[in-house]
Amino acid sequence: MSLLVIAEHDNASLKTATLNAITAAVKIGGEIHVLVAGSGCGAVAEQAAKVAGVAKVRVADAAHFGDQTAENLAALIVANAAGYSHILAPATSNGKNTLPRVAALLDVAQISEISAVVDADTFVRPIYAGNAMATVKSADATKVITVRTTGFDAAAATGGSAVVEALAAGADLGLSRLIGRELTKSARPELGAAKIIVSGGRGMGSGENYHKVLEPLADKLGAAMGASRAAVDAGFVPNDYQVGQTGKIVAPQLYIAIGISGAIQHLAGMKDSKVIVAINKDADAPIFQVADYGLVADLFTAVPELVAAL
Amino acid sequence: MKILVPVKRVIDYNVKVRVKADGTGVDLANVKMSMNPFDEIAVEEAMRLKEAGKATEVVAISCGVTACQETLRTAMAIGADRSVLVETDVELQPLAVAKLLAAVAKKEAPQLIILGKQAIDDDANQTGQMLAALLGWSQATFASKVVIGDGKASVTREVDGGLETIEITLPAIVTTDLRLNEPRYATLPNIMKAKKKPLEVVKPADLGVDVAPRLATVSVAEPPKRSAGIKVADVAALVDKLKNEAKVIA
Repeated sequence: MSLLVIAEHDNASLKTATLNAITAAVKIGGEIHVLVAGSGCGAVAEQAAKVAGVAKVRVADAAHFGDQTAENLAALIVANAAGYSHILAPATSNGKNTLPRVAALLDVAQISEISAVVDADTFVRPIYAGNAMATVKSADATKVITVRTTGFDAAAATGGSAVVEALAAGADLGLSRLIGRELTKSARPELGAAKIIVSGGRGMGSGENYHKVLEPLADKLGAAMGASRAAVDAGFVPNDYQVGQTGKIVAPQLYIAIGISGAIQHLAGMKDSKVIVAINKDADAPIFQVADYGLVADLFTAVPELVAAL
Repeated sequence: MKILVPVKRVIDYNVKVRVKADGTGVDLANVKMSMNPFDEIAVEEAMRLKEAGKATEVVAISCGVTACQETLRTAMAIGADRSVLVETDVELQPLAVAKLLAAVAKKEAPQLIILGKQAIDDDANQTGQMLAALLGWSQATFASKVVIGDGKASVTREVDGGLETIEITLPAIVTTDLRLNEPRYATLPNIMKAKKKPLEVVKPADLGVDVAPRLATVSVAEPPKRSAGIKVADVAALVDKLKNEAKVIA
């Protein structure tokens, strides 16, 4: 049995989410291959070859894979799907964009955002914003799966020595093309990979307050910064800060929710964090029902005090 | 240009979800059902394109039980011109829905299909992408802005790192994200008008689609409960707990 894991990368480096997906593949069992599709992505292939547990890295290097457009990527995966019992990708925006397309072309179901592996055909996945956990069994010959990264530890990035082979790239379908990207530039850790997250909600009052109050705390803790949907909708911060059912799913060692009431859609994105701290002036806020340590206080005095005390 | 808008009937987003005691699923008996919120955004976007003169007709479509007619009436109250129900009592999974929608799309020949990026019940986030694959069309998922051009559309997408804008060739699929628009409320006169708009009912067999589920649900369970911890008196107590009890900061 062989499994194919689709690498998440930016043509320069392999993203950690790939390592979580590789661990899910290890739990299923079998020979693990990693597909690196990109443009000038040789360095990514080298990194993938060093990941513990990977037997082979297959590289499709062509201009039309550089932007990870779903149409070209799905066609490539399908053209190389023969022989694989499972095709997995991390449930990142790329993985979620591409894999259902692969599944439909193979005429199989996709199993979205698995959080645990029961056996090679059976998986656990959250439904209803994580308010229920479904165990599902697939009857399809090929299992196409996206992996919730918080459900699986990252595989060791070193220790492996996989074979690297080049794949024929296939034609550019020409169905879509990238015009531009506005990516948030930050020296902080990525939300998905951070050990500590400082997150702000509507209680911040403004984008200016969000940055003025929370950045010193994040700096002190070496933390990533997140936000609730309310804070993103209000324009305090860009969409990529959003933690929740439809935003990012995170499970850091420490999640500090500041001025966040704790709507169920937000809790869906962070309730697997190891330790949750809530700072909110409303003692009845639902966030306190999941927080290990709650502090009922005005965030504008408590957070600077916290920064000073650390 | 014709726009097709698939809509799903789901548990209302305000309802507290309860897992059935026998572990076979979620209790939906006597629970309020509504249109999937992401699909409401899709209907709204189609209406805005029609009002801007970019579209000529908006057709809503739903797949599922007879009661999905209510969801289609809601779509028509927002403004859809007519609707199609693919009626079946079989549990529909995303691949089956995508096949049904593809069959209807081949008959209706729209230039654009707009639907929600995911439904808030199964959280699958698959149907739009699968539909695009089955039709061989381009796709723009997680859209926060849609601009229609000549035979093309430019769509801004919410991605992990921020935003990206892509140009897609029409016909195409767009799936909506939260910030694409704020859906309007249907007014009473429009709700009345919607009752008279055409609603066609077809069966999966009429479309030649096999809708048998591919995934069997073995069990549905409550997630592990997280119990509330303690309230600390002040910042000093919080720092002490984090350092000495939880040991998550040095």
